[in-house]
Parts: sequence; structure tokens; C-alpha cells
Amino acid sequence: MQVTDFIIRSNEALNDRNRLIKVTPADHRHLPPMQPGQFVQVLVDRSPGTFLRRPISINFVDREKNELWLLVQEVGDGTREICSRQPGEVVNLIYPLGNSFTLPEGKSDHFLLVGGGVGTAPLLFLGKELHARGFQVDFLLGGRSATDILQRADFEQYGTLYCTTEDGSLGEKGFVIHHSLWQEKRYDFIYTCGSRPMMVAVARLARERGVPCEASLENLMACGFGACLCCVEKTTRGNLNTCTEGPVFNTDMLSWLD
Amino acid sequence: MARLDVQIGGLTLRNPVTTASGTFGYGTEYLDFVDLGRLGGVFVKGTTLEPRQGNDYPRMAETASGMLNAVGLQNPGVDYFVEHLYPVIKEYDTHMMVNVSGSTIEGYVACAERLADLDKMPAIELNISCPNVKEGGMAFGTSVKSAAEVTRAVRKVFPKTMIVKLSPNVTNIAEIAKAVEGEGADAVSLVNTFLGMAVDAERRQPLLSTVTGGLSGPCIKPIALRMVWEVFHAVNIPIIGIGGICNWQDAIEFILVGATAVQVGTYNFIDPTATVKIVEGINDYLDRHGFKSVSDLVGLIRK
Repeated sequence: MQVTDFIIRSNEALNDRNRLIKVTPADHRHLPPMQPGQFVQVLVDRSPGTFLRRPISINFVDREKNELWLLVQEVGDGTREICSRQPGEVVNLIYPLGNSFTLPEGKSDHFLLVGGGVGTAPLLFLGKELHARGFQVDFLLGGRSATDILQRADFEQYGTLYCTTEDGSLGEKGFVIHHSLWQEKRYDFIYTCGSRPMMVAVARLARERGVPCEASLENLMACGFGACLCCVEKTTRGNLNTCTEGPVFNTDMLSWLD
Repeated sequence: MARLDVQIGGLTLRNPVTTASGTFGYGTEYLDFVDLGRLGGVFVKGTTLEPRQGNDYPRMAETASGMLNAVGLQNPGVDYFVEHLYPVIKEYDTHMMVNVSGSTIEGYVACAERLADLDKMPAIELNISCPNVKEGGMAFGTSVKSAAEVTRAVRKVFPKTMIVKLSPNVTNIAEIAKAVEGEGADAVSLVNTFLGMAVDAERRQPLLSTVTGGLSGPCIKPIALRMVWEVFHAVNIPIIGIGGICNWQDAIEFILVGATAVQVGTYNFIDPTATVKIVEGINDYLDRHGFKSVSDLVGLIRK
């Protein structure tokens, strides 16, 4: 973990609520090793109503350009302030934080990555790493409308993209758990990130099929590195910090399906 | 270069900057960020006789210039601490001190007794001010009688430096400070968090699972300063000032109203390197103003 100033290289609107912000270390040093599922804590120092950092998952690591990608949804004053930053400005990060998705050793495995809304962010980095290891990757991304399905071209580089939208403007109409691929395909491992109701529903489908499932949680946190004990999740091992023992948990460890 | 070392009871801190319990884990969580050898000391997570799972999530709500927490003393218990955590942290190059919490006087005493046996445990901080536990905790710190009772009982079993951490949720904090001084406390630390509440208007629900929680951060600093000032004029034992300290100016302010040392708490979450910057800032301040020792600043503010 380190506290580092980054320079914003670009800040692009993906839709009316989400921005893709690409940053590079201000001291030009190479980015340290990072794993899919890890996150950063962004300092929000120009919003008077915001005190704490904002946890943002690592969307992608571009080693060639030495860039870290952050997909930020404008939810409140803190994230709005982050999204307002312009190329050339500085942003301070504590990173890399948290554990990561499990990257299995096998070769023939077939993976399903299920995301909703801005919860798709860490799945791009995960998909890239799985693809690089020669695994077959399917992405299943859901949103209210076509404009909510972000970074489609990026996802398509690393696997097959399936979509659901509530208004039917892209892919199948409905929610991710209703997509026809659940009937047609079998997977060896399922990863999910998004709203809690969506992840619980995905975990239930995975359990019904006897497929291991990992979910990335977005519990409220203060520090992000295991000191404050605010972000705990109830697990089979008691209350665990989402920031250090997670954010990725095997869903069998969680109390969701009890 | 001015002298930074300060005296808290029988304990010499290499400088007045320490960390507030519950914000710095066991020090281990900060090793990537801070050379602990640069700090006056570390107060580790509140420790109880029995292990505690703490309160249900959500345990935290951000506020203007601060946060509410309702962690509820989640900790693995004193036996686990002694067997598994102490052997690691006793090697750290600063005073590692335990914040002792409990729900009964017997619990405080048994916990303190276990810690008294440890060679490299020069002091404890008696937490009679946690607002987030159903029984005990803050209840001990909000009456003169019970604060005196628990201090007296622990004093009998803990011969080393005993610091009593006071609650601000009282009408007269100076009276409580005098009471614990009278029972042999070597120092007092203040303030713990203020009992507060946060509400979600849209959902018409409290934001914390416990409804109320402890408020910390820069928003409490003016009240904490006033309380340190009041206690300074009421007791003769040293004071460790706590409450929203983010930078060296904040630390100097607490020292000027009467604190011998300070604890940096919630701001560690925003800048995990804050403590070291504060040590440097205090040193620069002393040089700039020609003070020989940080102790010369203690209580300089007069009416």
C-alpha cells in the first residue's frame, strides 16, 4: 500500500452519470503489481461537505501507458468532485487495497462475469487477466438502458459480451438473472459485482448449479486498510473487514442465502 | 532543534504525537505508511476481557467534517492479544499501549491484570467512555462515582502508567477528571467521541444499525479544546488532548490549552501519514518561535 499523487491524463463521460478517469503516477514511477478486484481510496479535498476518501475499484491497468483507469459514478458530492477534475490536475490515492478475485490455475475452465451498473468496473480488469491466462470468458452485463452498459468495446476484446436491459434497448429485456444463457451454458466459476440484490440473486443461481461464485462487495468504509473496522460483513468466520479480507468473498462465506 | 520528549506519569514519550485507539489498529495496519519509530506512542484498539464481534453493519456514517462510528469495541479479547498480537507489536520501536475497555469493573480489572504482566506494556489507557456498547463503557465515565470506582479498582492491579480516557458526554468533565486523579490516575486523555446520530431522510431510517454512535473528526475540535482547557485548570496530572487533530497547528492548539501530548485519530483514515507530518510541523514551529522544548508550550494560553 502507498499514498501517491497521480496526474489525470483524461476524464471522459461514458454517460450522464459515469466517467472514465485515467491517471498516471505524478512521479512517473512504474505502477506496482495490482490484482483484479483491488481498489483505491481517492482523496476528496475540494468538497466542503466530504470528509472521507471514496473507495473506487480498479477498472483497468494499462501497463504500456502506465495508466490506472477509474470508473466513477456520480452518486453524491464526493464522487461529483472527483468527476469534475480535469486532465493535468492531481488526485491523491491510497492503493492498491483489498484482496482480489481468484485466478484459477486450470486451463479448460469457462468463466462467467456478471455485472450491473458501475459494478461492471472491476470485471474489465478481471476479464483481461482471465483472457491473458487462456480462459474462456463470458461477460453478462445489465442496466436499465443501453446507455448504462459501459465500455462495451473494451469488454468485447476479452470475451463474449451478453447484455440485459430493463427497457430492452440492448440485449435481452429484463435483469441479468433472467438471461437465456443461464439455461444454455455451463460455467466452472462465476464472478459478480453490482448491487447487493443482484449479487444475491446471482449467488443463488450459482449455488443451484453447484458452481463456485465470488462477489465483490461495496460496503461503506472509512479507512480502506483495516484500521477502522467500519466496513465489516457477516461471514462464516464472523465479522470480517470488506477492505482487507475482501472486497471479494466467496458467496458461500456470506450469510446471504441462509 | 528543540526538545520534543514529554513525560506522562512515569513514561517518557520521544515526542507528544500518539495515535487514538480504534483509529490505528495495532500499528501493523500502518507499517506501509508510517515509521512507528517516529511516533511518541501508539494506543492500540480497545481491548476487552472477552472477544467481541461488535455491532451490526452499518457502523459508520460520514458527517460534515467528521464521521459517526458504532463499531462497538470489536476485538479478539485480551487473551488473544497477549498470545498473538503482543509478541508482534512489542518489537515496534515506540511505546505500544493498550486501551482497556469493559462492561463490568471485574472485566476491566482482569484485563488490566493480564496486561500488567507484559514487559513492554508501559501504560494502559482506561476507556471509561466508549459510547457504542450497551453495558458499561461510557456509563462508567459519566458519573463521578463510577469513574472513581473503576479507576480505584484498576489502580490496585496496574502499577505502571495508567491513563484514563474521559467521555465528553458529561455536564462537567473537570469534575470527572478530578475524581480519577484522586484515585491515582497518572494522566487523563480527552476526549472520546461525542454521542451523535445520523438520519436517512429518503428512507426515513437511522444510518447506523445502533441508531446512535460516536462523532469524531475536525467537527469536534473546538469542543475538545474547551474541555482540555477546563481540565487543565482543574487537575495537576498531564493531559493527552484528542479531538479532530489533522495537522501540526491543531496539535499545537491542544498543547497551548494544556495538553502535554496529543492523539491523532480519525484523520489517520484520510491521511495515514498525518502523524509523522505533525511531528515535523511541531518541530518546525518550536524552532521558528525559539522554544527550547515542547513542554514549554503546555498551557501557555491564559485567560
